[in-house]
Amino acid sequence: MQQSPDQIRQAYRQMRLIREFEERLHVENPKGEIAGFTHLYSGQEAIAVGVCENLRDEDYIISTHRGHGHCLARGCDPRGMMHEIYGRADGLGKGRGGSMHIADLDKGMLGANGIVGGGQPIAVGAALACKARGDGSVSVSFTGDGASNQGTVFEAMNMAVVLKLPKVFVLENNGYSEHTGASYGIGGDLKTRTEAFGIPLWEADGFDYFSVYEAAGKAIEHARNGNGPSAILATATRYFGHFEGDPQNYRAKDEVKNFRETVDALKQIREKVTGAGIFTAEELDAIDAEVLQLIDSSVESARNGPAPGADIMMSDVYIDY
Amino acid sequence: MAVMTMRDALNQALHEEMERDERVIVMGEDVAGGSGGTSGNIEAAGGIFGVTKGLKTKYGADRVIDTPISESAIVGLANGSALAGMRPVAELMFADFVGVSLDQIFNQMAKFRYMFGGKATTPVVLRLSMGAGMNAAAQHSQTIYPMLTAVPGLKVVIPSNPADAKGMMKQAIRDDDPVVFFEHKALYSKKGEVPDGEYLTPFGEAALVREGSDVTVVALARMVPFAMKAVDKLAEEGISCDLIDLRTTSPLDEEAVLESLSMTGRLVVVDESNPMCSIASEIAGIAASKGFASLRAPVEKVTAPHTPVPFARELERMYVPSPNAIEAAIRRTMEGA
Repeated sequence: MQQSPDQIRQAYRQMRLIREFEERLHVENPKGEIAGFTHLYSGQEAIAVGVCENLRDEDYIISTHRGHGHCLARGCDPRGMMHEIYGRADGLGKGRGGSMHIADLDKGMLGANGIVGGGQPIAVGAALACKARGDGSVSVSFTGDGASNQGTVFEAMNMAVVLKLPKVFVLENNGYSEHTGASYGIGGDLKTRTEAFGIPLWEADGFDYFSVYEAAGKAIEHARNGNGPSAILATATRYFGHFEGDPQNYRAKDEVKNFRETVDALKQIREKVTGAGIFTAEELDAIDAEVLQLIDSSVESARNGPAPGADIMMSDVYIDY
Repeated sequence: MAVMTMRDALNQALHEEMERDERVIVMGEDVAGGSGGTSGNIEAAGGIFGVTKGLKTKYGADRVIDTPISESAIVGLANGSALAGMRPVAELMFADFVGVSLDQIFNQMAKFRYMFGGKATTPVVLRLSMGAGMNAAAQHSQTIYPMLTAVPGLKVVIPSNPADAKGMMKQAIRDDDPVVFFEHKALYSKKGEVPDGEYLTPFGEAALVREGSDVTVVALARMVPFAMKAVDKLAEEGISCDLIDLRTTSPLDEEAVLESLSMTGRLVVVDESNPMCSIASEIAGIAASKGFASLRAPVEKVTAPHTPVPFARELERMYVPSPNAIEAAIRRTMEGA
């Protein structure tokens, strides 16, 4: 599972892109220009990128309400996403969907989803199409610890097994289901749930890109080879609240600070890559600078993007009506 | 009379009823919040909109139950505990999440009594926040009361102000039938006078919010304050309207609508829902079938368009019926008068 320097550079850039995208939204959100609910993915970058770096163009992913990271990792246009978050007519959803509903069907990205547990059955359907096509493609769903308690997830797991579909369940435990801790909300052990359905599961350190990449690689390989569904369980944390503005009364004061200072995903990948002599710190800094500039220009253009009008509101309810 | 927000009025109703009857229990995602968190705060949320604040601290974890995100099981928990003698108040956070748990609502709780020989009693209150106004987009902003109003066996309550919210919540908790209780998100922080002392607001009785003789305006939830703006403005021009707040859509106070219509001959119905099979259609239908002789102008329906709720501020503003749109509709009924 050796990765080339180009692959590692790409993975690092994607992780940095997610981090800066989200950190910037955290700064921009209180200014009042961004409407609605925004759920940030900072802290979990290694999971989305570690999974998506294993995917091919013909594969599918489906995301959650905390979807920016998955979208970016799958290659959605950051500028189009930013415009959508700002509710612009030229955003990926024409300003109709916003942060919670970013999708790009051209990239095999079947959408963030406002309904917790809503995505998994859809991903099973995409896996059915993958199997029918017979091109070795797979369908991946991201499921938080909170969503793991939805009946839809169990139904999706069972269906994928029964139909022996190329479906990969990515379980992301970030410790909190909205304002409630995973240790309270999850009965039993999350990793044994897939076992009960006979779905093999690979565990990963959700802060460590290489750990996720390797686990996801095995799981995806299993599904690609026609062996039926597979799963990975990756544990990390989210650096911000459930949504922007969440006072996070459920969290110990220094919890996030400790994670940031010790196991942070960006810090880890930098240390590993520079330590192994693959890239120098300066080379990585140059990537950071390029990403920051991209975020700056995306925010700037989103702030000044065109407002959607009545024609946009009334269109695309149907194709023909 | 005390002045308070609808959030606090609902909270007071829950406190009073939990105090009065120990069978009353509260359940849902983050109704307290913080369980399993690292801060040790076992009431870190008090409900995502603060409606259930203080309940867990006062009544404990046995009666105020934080649940996993499992909407079907939350409503099932309410249904089963109700059949077995409790009086549950279950919260689904957003009305849109009814989509996840619809079987428990419309196949189960609504039909127990009818199917089970009249023996089942299911005193569930299902609390749902609803409505546009927070740019929460297509899956967190819907007003799905028409859908549930259509289900026999459910009572459907939709308050427009703090006083009604409190009186109807207390009534809902004491009611032996299942009650779906819609709370408009944009009204939580709106203040109003709330009567002192104990009171219940009965179901099936609309409120006459403004009195007039030219046009009957029927509205509910957030559309009541919007209609008030339009009605008060037109009053200055000498166009006077009856403004009827339906308050519950099942049972529905047809009589209040027909009686007012018999005097005005003109009807405007304001409904934040999508237009097809809406409360607006229902009221217009009642006028057509039972108030036809009174009508002097076509019935005007002011509703959202036949689209999902859009995200962007500009789009959501266009989507929600505005006071201006209500005013224009009232004027149309007066054309040629």
